Amino acid sequence: MKLNLRVWRQKNAETDGAMASYELDGISPDMSFLEMLDTLNEELIVSGEEPVAFDHDCREGICGACSLVINGDAHGPERTTTCQLHMRSFQDGDTIDIEPWRASAFPVIKDLVVDRTAFDRVIQAGGFITAPTGAAPEAHATPVPKPDADLAFEHAECIGCGACVAACPNGAAMLFTSAKVNHLNVLPQGAPERETRVLDMVAQMDEEGFGGCTLAGECATACPKGIPLMSITSMNKEWLRATRKSKR
Amino acid sequence: MARSFWDSTVGKKIVMGVTGLIMIGYLVVHMMGNAKIFFGADDFNEYGHWLRVVGEPFLHRMWGLWIARVVLLTSVILHAVCAYQLSRRDIKARPQKYVHKKARMSYATRTMRWGGVILGLFIVWHILDLTTGTVHPDGFEDGKPYQNVVDTFSTWYGNVIYIVAMLAMGMHVRHGFWSAAQTIGVGSRTRERVLKATANGLALILTVGFISVPVAVMTGVVS
Repeated sequence: MKLNLRVWRQKNAETDGAMASYELDGISPDMSFLEMLDTLNEELIVSGEEPVAFDHDCREGICGACSLVINGDAHGPERTTTCQLHMRSFQDGDTIDIEPWRASAFPVIKDLVVDRTAFDRVIQAGGFITAPTGAAPEAHATPVPKPDADLAFEHAECIGCGACVAACPNGAAMLFTSAKVNHLNVLPQGAPERETRVLDMVAQMDEEGFGGCTLAGECATACPKGIPLMSITSMNKEWLRATRKSKR
Repeated sequence: MARSFWDSTVGKKIVMGVTGLIMIGYLVVHMMGNAKIFFGADDFNEYGHWLRVVGEPFLHRMWGLWIARVVLLTSVILHAVCAYQLSRRDIKARPQKYVHKKARMSYATRTMRWGGVILGLFIVWHILDLTTGTVHPDGFEDGKPYQNVVDTFSTWYGNVIYIVAMLAMGMHVRHGFWSAAQTIGVGSRTRERVLKATANGLALILTVGFISVPVAVMTGVVS
């Protein structure tokens, strides 16, 4: 396959970036999108140019490290992570635009790499449970109703990649935060911090400079793990409940 | 608690949802009141008079109307202030646009902000036209709402402003009603279809109901 790539190049956080064009030949349709970028980087290194910086780690769709807005879609045209996207999703001769996640809470570090530590701080604010240390408790000690377990698992699938923020027209982190809140709030293990969790995580989310929700639905469309838009509704409900109960 | 509620993006959105629902409730009542115009001038004018004496003798004359006005004005102001503050925040949160743009949101969703501004301006004109009579075409008469309505919709610009605003209102309600349900947390997977259908139904009924009045004047059904 022969491709025309237009890639966002930016030296560092202080300098302005711009789209740069590259022509790439000899791409196999069986390559992953990241392998295609590896190929580009090999060529750039040989010709003495700076390789394109991009995030990646497990390359099997479970870690949440890879990102990239490809032709205007977070993680590209398929509903999966960029590492699990293959070049067979494109045509020979295609022009592909590759941009970093865009949100003021996710500043660009270099080229396609953005700083997603804002998510870590949202997690730190409430994405934990209080559990005694020591040996793991007996698995059946705390019964969890099946529907609750399923709901928790659905939300636990969130890998924190940030595609929801990248796709949201307001740069909002509502889908991410709601996935984390609902995952723990539905379980008995998360019950002691049920109120403080949602209040603290939402407050931290606002503190980081993410936008608000306008129910555009772009986040849930982009999410590689299929976290539903209804997750945000559940979080709103939890937030209202916590506000009523909270003594703060 | 009140402070942290107002400072939160989720709290502000809840304020928007609740005030929005109050205004939708008012729109339904307003549209039903408008329908009286199809039963003749006496019926309509009598209804206009009743609005001033509603609740008597418990409420003094005009009190019912003023209570409604205060509630609505508070709702409009809170709704607009939240919308403005949240929009500023949203724009700041996404300062750089994508080079490769994709428009996927529905028309109703995309036009919420400007649609809201149009509706705000329309309300000002509507009150100056048919409540105070300040910008009313030829001779506003207090207590003769039937004639006043016919006068307004006998001008081309009266019809244009009104119909455009009502289309904007329909769009706003379509996304707004469903959004409000999600924001205040009453949405769920099982209620999703009912809520979407109610939002679309409300938007359609309100739009058709309101537009029927200028259309009736234009076609001579009401004159």
